Amino acid sequence: MSSTVQKSKNAITLKGSAKLVTDYLNYGINSILFQRGIYPSESFKSEEHFGLSILVSTDEKINEFLSAVLGQIKEWLVQGKLEKLSLIITNVTNKEVMERWDFKLKYEATKETSEENGEPIGTKELKVIQNEIRDVLRQICSTVSFLPLLDCPCAFDLLIYTKPDIEVPDQWGETGPCFIANSEELQLRSFSTSLHRMDTVVSYKVE
Amino acid sequence: MDDPLTKGPVPRWQKRALDKNTSASNSSLVNSSINNSKIKTKTPSKADSRKTPSKTPSKTPKSSPGKNLKTPNGGDRFIPSRSATDMDLGYFKLNQRDSDEENGEYKSPSKIQMEKAMTENLIGKDPSGMRILEFQKKAPAAPEGFQNSLKVVYSQSKTPSAKSNSRYIPQAPDRILDAPDIVDDYYLNLVDWNKNNMMAVALRNSVYLWNAGSGSISQLTELEGSDYVCSLSWMDEGDILAIGTSLGNIQIWDAASMKKQRTMDGHAARIGSLSWNSYILSSGCRSGLLVHHDVRQREHNISSVEAHSQEICGLKWSPDGKYLASGGNDNALNIWPSDGDLSTPIHTFRAHQAAVKALAWCPWHAGHLASGGGTADRHIRIWNCNTGAATYSVDTRSQVCGIVWSTTFKELISGHGYAQNQLIIWKYPTMTKVAELSGHSARVLHLALSPDGTTVLSAGADETLRLWKCFVPAAKTKKDAPESKPSDNLFTMKGIR
Repeated sequence: MSSTVQKSKNAITLKGSAKLVTDYLNYGINSILFQRGIYPSESFKSEEHFGLSILVSTDEKINEFLSAVLGQIKEWLVQGKLEKLSLIITNVTNKEVMERWDFKLKYEATKETSEENGEPIGTKELKVIQNEIRDVLRQICSTVSFLPLLDCPCAFDLLIYTKPDIEVPDQWGETGPCFIANSEELQLRSFSTSLHRMDTVVSYKVE
Repeated sequence: MDDPLTKGPVPRWQKRALDKNTSASNSSLVNSSINNSKIKTKTPSKADSRKTPSKTPSKTPKSSPGKNLKTPNGGDRFIPSRSATDMDLGYFKLNQRDSDEENGEYKSPSKIQMEKAMTENLIGKDPSGMRILEFQKKAPAAPEGFQNSLKVVYSQSKTPSAKSNSRYIPQAPDRILDAPDIVDDYYLNLVDWNKNNMMAVALRNSVYLWNAGSGSISQLTELEGSDYVCSLSWMDEGDILAIGTSLGNIQIWDAASMKKQRTMDGHAARIGSLSWNSYILSSGCRSGLLVHHDVRQREHNISSVEAHSQEICGLKWSPDGKYLASGGNDNALNIWPSDGDLSTPIHTFRAHQAAVKALAWCPWHAGHLASGGGTADRHIRIWNCNTGAATYSVDTRSQVCGIVWSTTFKELISGHGYAQNQLIIWKYPTMTKVAELSGHSARVLHLALSPDGTTVLSAGADETLRLWKCFVPAAKTKKDAPESKPSDNLFTMKGIR
C-alpha cells in the first residue's frame, strides 16, 4: 500500500490508482471465490487488507491465474484500455452461467498534473479511497445472505472487456459475452480513486 | 406504369375534393411522383378557405353536426377537414415506407433505441467499441467431490427448522401396501426409494418397482432357483438399481428400460448391503469383505477390504461422498475415507453392543452419522466423523432396525422391533421423543424416505409396507390435517403383487 502514497500531499498517480484498483479486484475476487464456496474453505487463509481480514486462496494455480490476469489488467488500466472485468461462475456439469460479477470501470478526468512529468494525478486522500474500497469489500462478503446457493460444482472465469484498439497479448484470446437466463441484478457500492471509478454489480440466476 | 392511375376511376376522396372545389396541393414533388393530372391542373384555392371550419363553430356554437356538413371544405365526422390534410404527401410517405420495409432496412427510431438499450443492459456498454478477452490458461477446477459447504448457511428451506414442536403427525399410516414373502432377516436391506419417486422392494427372489407418483407396479426381475435378493440400492442420479443376491452376485439394472446392464461377481457369500458413490458401488458381504466396484469398467473390482470379521449389514456413503460408514455383525462401526487409503478405516467405533445395521448420514451436518444397534444394544448414537467424537446417544429400549433423517425438520425417525414394533421420531439434538407411530404387527425391518422428504416408508416383517406422512412441512400440515383425519379409517389397501 505504501507505494501508492505520493511525494506531495493528497496526490495519487495513475500507476498508484491502477495498483489500488487491481488490489481491490484481487481481494474482491478472492472473497467471492471463498464466500460463494467455489473452492474448499480449507484452501483459503486469512490476511489483513484495507482494515479487513480477507480470505485469500492458497492454491498455487489459482494464484498464478489471478496474478497473470491482474498483472495484464494493471497495464491496461494505466493505458486506459480496460472497460470492464467480469467474473463468471459456471456450473461445471452443464456450463450454465450461474452468476456474474461485473466490475465496471470509468476513467475520471482530472485537472491536476504532476509537477515532474506532467502525468495526471488525483487529489483524493488515500485514507478515503481505502475506506471506500473497504466498504465495497464488506458488501461483497454480505452478499452471501441473499445470493442463491450454488448447489453444484462450479468453476470461475474472468472476462476482460477492453477498448477495441489493443493488441491481444500471448496466451490471450477473444471470446463472447456471458449471459444469465432469467437473472436478477444488484448494484453494490462504488469507489473512486479520482482517476478510476469502479462500479460492482452482481447478477445472479433467479430460481 | 403511370398510365393506369390516370385512366382508372377517380378515388372517392379525390372526387369529393373536386366536387367541393377546395382541394389544394402545393407540393410539386408529390405531384410528380403520383402524376395525377387532375389535381395538377387545379388552381390553388384561397388560403383563407381553410379557416372556415374554425369559423363556423364559433359563430354557431350550439349548431347541430348536420349543419357542419354543409361547410364548403366537406369534412365528415371522422376527418373534419380534408383540405387541411395533404393526401398526396401522405400517400407518398406510405408508399415510401413500404418500399423501405421490403428492402429489410427500415427500423423505426424507437426500435433502434430499444435494441441499443437492450445491448447496453446486457453487455454493459455499447458493444460496437469493445473487445472481450480471456486468459487462455484457466484457473483449476475445484477438487473432485468437493461440495459447497455453505449449504448450511444458505438453505433455509432445506435446513430443518428447530421449532414447530406442536405440528400434527398422523398416527396412522397414509397408505399400506402388501409385501408378501418379504424375507424377515435383520441383516438385509430390501427397500430403497429413488429421486424419481420409484420405490424398489425385494420380495424373496423378485424385485418390484412401485411408482409412488402414479401408483403403478411392475416386476423388474425374478431370480432363479433358491437364489434370493439380499440388498437393493438406487444410484443417486437416474434409474440405475443395484441388486445384491444370496449367491454373491451384483446385478445392475436400468429401471427406465427394465433391462439388466451387467452382472458383477467378486463375493463368496450373500451381499447384504450396497451403497453408491456416483459411479462407485460398494458392497458388503456376509464374509465381512467390503468391495468397491467401478461400474463403468470391465475390471470392476477396484478395491476389496476385510472390513469386518462378520457379516456387513449396514453400508452408507455420506451425501458428499467423503466417508463410507459400514456396520457389521461384529458390533463394529467403521468409517472409511473416500480419498487416500481405502484399506484402513479412519475411525472404528466399538460402542455398540450388537450388530450395527441402521446407518444414516445427517443431511444438513456434513460428516454427522446416526447409527443404531441391534437387540442387545438398543442405542441410537450420533457421531461426528470429522473429529471422531461421539456426540449423542439414546437408549431406545428396542432393537434399532433403521434410521432416517428428516430433510424438513431437525428430526430423525427410527424403526424398531420387539416389543412394540413402532417407529419413533426423535428431536435432534436433544434426542427427545416427538412421536411414536405404531401399526406394524411384527418388527420394522427397513426404512426409506421419499424424495420430497414428507413420507417415510417402513417395511415390516408382517409383510406390509406402510407409508407415513410424518414430515409434512408446517404450512401444508394445516391444510392436510382435516383431510387426512377422515381417511384414517379408509386405508387404501393395495397389493404389490
